[in-house]
Amino acid sequence: MELTRRDALAALAAGGVVLGGGAALTWEELRAEEGGNRDGAALDDREVETLAAVATALYPSEATGVPAFVETYVVGRIRDRRAYAEGVKSALSTLDSYAESWYGGRYAALDGGARDGLLREVGVATAEPNPDGLDPERLRYYLVNELLYAFYASPAGGRLVGIENPQGYPGGTESYRRGPER
Amino acid sequence: MNPGADRRPSDRVDVCVVGSGPAGALIAAALAERGRDVVVLEAGRRFDPDERLEQMERSIRPGGGAVWEMGGERDAFTSTGERRYPLNAARVKGVGGSTLHWQGMVMRLHESDFERRSRDGVADDWPIGYRDLRPYYARAEAELGVAGADDNPFAPPREEPFPMPGFRPSYADSLFAEACGRLGVVTHSVPNARNSEPYDGRGGCVGYGTCKPVCPSGAKYTAEVHVARAEEAGARVVDRAPVQRLEHDRAGETVEAAVYATPDGRTYRQEARRFVVACGGVETPRLLLLSKSEKHPDGLANSSGLVGRYFMDHLFAGMGGRLDEPTRQNHVGFITSECHQFYDDPGRATAGIPGADADFAPLKLEFLNYAGPSPVEMALSADEWGDDLLASLREAYGNEIGMGALVGQLPRAENRITLDPSRTDDRGNPVPAIRWRIDGRTRRTIERANEIQRAILNELGVEITWTVGPENTGPAFHHMGTTRMGTDPEESVVDPELRTHDLDNLWIASSSVFVTGGAMNPTLTIAALALRAAERVDATL
Repeated sequence: MELTRRDALAALAAGGVVLGGGAALTWEELRAEEGGNRDGAALDDREVETLAAVATALYPSEATGVPAFVETYVVGRIRDRRAYAEGVKSALSTLDSYAESWYGGRYAALDGGARDGLLREVGVATAEPNPDGLDPERLRYYLVNELLYAFYASPAGGRLVGIENPQGYPGGTESYRRGPER
Repeated sequence: MNPGADRRPSDRVDVCVVGSGPAGALIAAALAERGRDVVVLEAGRRFDPDERLEQMERSIRPGGGAVWEMGGERDAFTSTGERRYPLNAARVKGVGGSTLHWQGMVMRLHESDFERRSRDGVADDWPIGYRDLRPYYARAEAELGVAGADDNPFAPPREEPFPMPGFRPSYADSLFAEACGRLGVVTHSVPNARNSEPYDGRGGCVGYGTCKPVCPSGAKYTAEVHVARAEEAGARVVDRAPVQRLEHDRAGETVEAAVYATPDGRTYRQEARRFVVACGGVETPRLLLLSKSEKHPDGLANSSGLVGRYFMDHLFAGMGGRLDEPTRQNHVGFITSECHQFYDDPGRATAGIPGADADFAPLKLEFLNYAGPSPVEMALSADEWGDDLLASLREAYGNEIGMGALVGQLPRAENRITLDPSRTDDRGNPVPAIRWRIDGRTRRTIERANEIQRAILNELGVEITWTVGPENTGPAFHHMGTTRMGTDPEESVVDPELRTHDLDNLWIASSSVFVTGGAMNPTLTIAALALRAAERVDATL
């Protein structure tokens, strides 16, 4: 299944992100909006790559178009939330530090098996999500659960499981009455 | 009201209402709209509707903290007795009270519920009957905005149509209806305080699926609706102003002031001609007990010794499992079908359900639309991701199906709210202590509910994997009974008008005045009683 920017916009709308006319949710646009301010919410190229690499590890292999989906979603989520953006950036930096210490290279450069393995070795799988917690807890909160929420609380991911109107998505009052597709 | 808001008292007002849940808000709106000068004191804060989406996300995502910020020193309590009572899961302190997190189910009590002693020889009759409340039920349905249909043959008599069309049955309801039909069990719609279409300036439900604990769209009624109405009519609502005690005149016959605290550590007195305590089934008796004085050494309005006694709740009974076909759960967070066929005669037989010859409490059956896991919630707590996670979600989601039931509990004097002298809250006041246990009749009725549930699920072909029975039952978070209504001052706390027997200007509007609780969700009855009490208070001014 191909994830699209439109899927990301649907997920954002569920969370109340209101889009101004014609706003393009790309890192390039956000950097331009922020005038290249390095303290702005926008991620740098390396962080963008790391984030997409994490999402690729977290999402099912049949999902394609992950980088564009993640770009649209995360730009929409953080562009007016500086503190949240800091949490995401800090988590990405922490993850890259582990990758370099343990695997000798940045996270995005690791192969699929190593990306998966590193997340497990850091302890993210069993960590309680906590924005102010220890490394695995912050990674769980800002990266893993942020990206899984984008996917499974929206129709794109929900449909893969069999629910086109998952919790957290305002999918109307028709779907609960419909029977299964046969 | 923002953190720097003026929380100083108003000059002596007509009415001071303590608590801004549905009872307090409805009374405040009704009296303000009649031109009365009203101040509402609310212990919790005002939650901005703009926060709702963030709260919704917090309700789904683990690690974000309590959605309505309950817990901590302010809300400390102790629970003793046979069963632990999880009080802070069962209430919200905030403008709007527990309707901020409620499910929104709004059934009328049955006529039988007002006549438990006469009909069953247990508990007591209410001093008022269904007939007395009936017009107020209709008004309450219009005020809250109730979506419902007239297809329930077991509901008490009504003449007025529901304000909005009911929500149509779910796909899962249709599976249940077929199996129930073969057993002679009747299913029907259920009234929801949730807009099925735009109503009262609020939009229709859009299906976020997180009704409890938070509706981000505003389709579910909260008492904020009537707080806003009260304010538009001139009432003043002071948030973060927990009332510490009520003070009376020298003779001990009239309340003069509500003493409340503010976030800056100050304490103020709000004077009023009339006082209405509307703090729910736990904080209402607590406030009366905290207000003890030389004239009222056992607590205010407590000459009967019954303040805090007869605490009761509804008990949950449930059962569910897996079906060999999709069940389409978790699209919405509310219930669309129930069965009230066994309510007045729980032991009755049907074509497929054997009868039972025992003394039972009322019970109602619910057909769930949210059985089994919500995939997104499961994903966020899983210890795997990628293809493994998707496979697990597909395995867990899709075929779950379940039933719930509420069972009424008899009022028993030993189930009670007292003050715990060994523990204090953030203001130095003794915390509420809850002593709660379940009697044999209630346990028996839970077993009866399980028996009916098992028959229905077996008929449907469900592989039953979970049961909530007498051993693992829990409360439905409906606190009732702790300042009961009656005509005899020795056997009740408030009179049929909801005025306390002991103080001539003090009313109580809450499920705490219920004499018995039936097995229906209590809020519509709370609202009807509040509307009735507002008229009575107004008549004395």
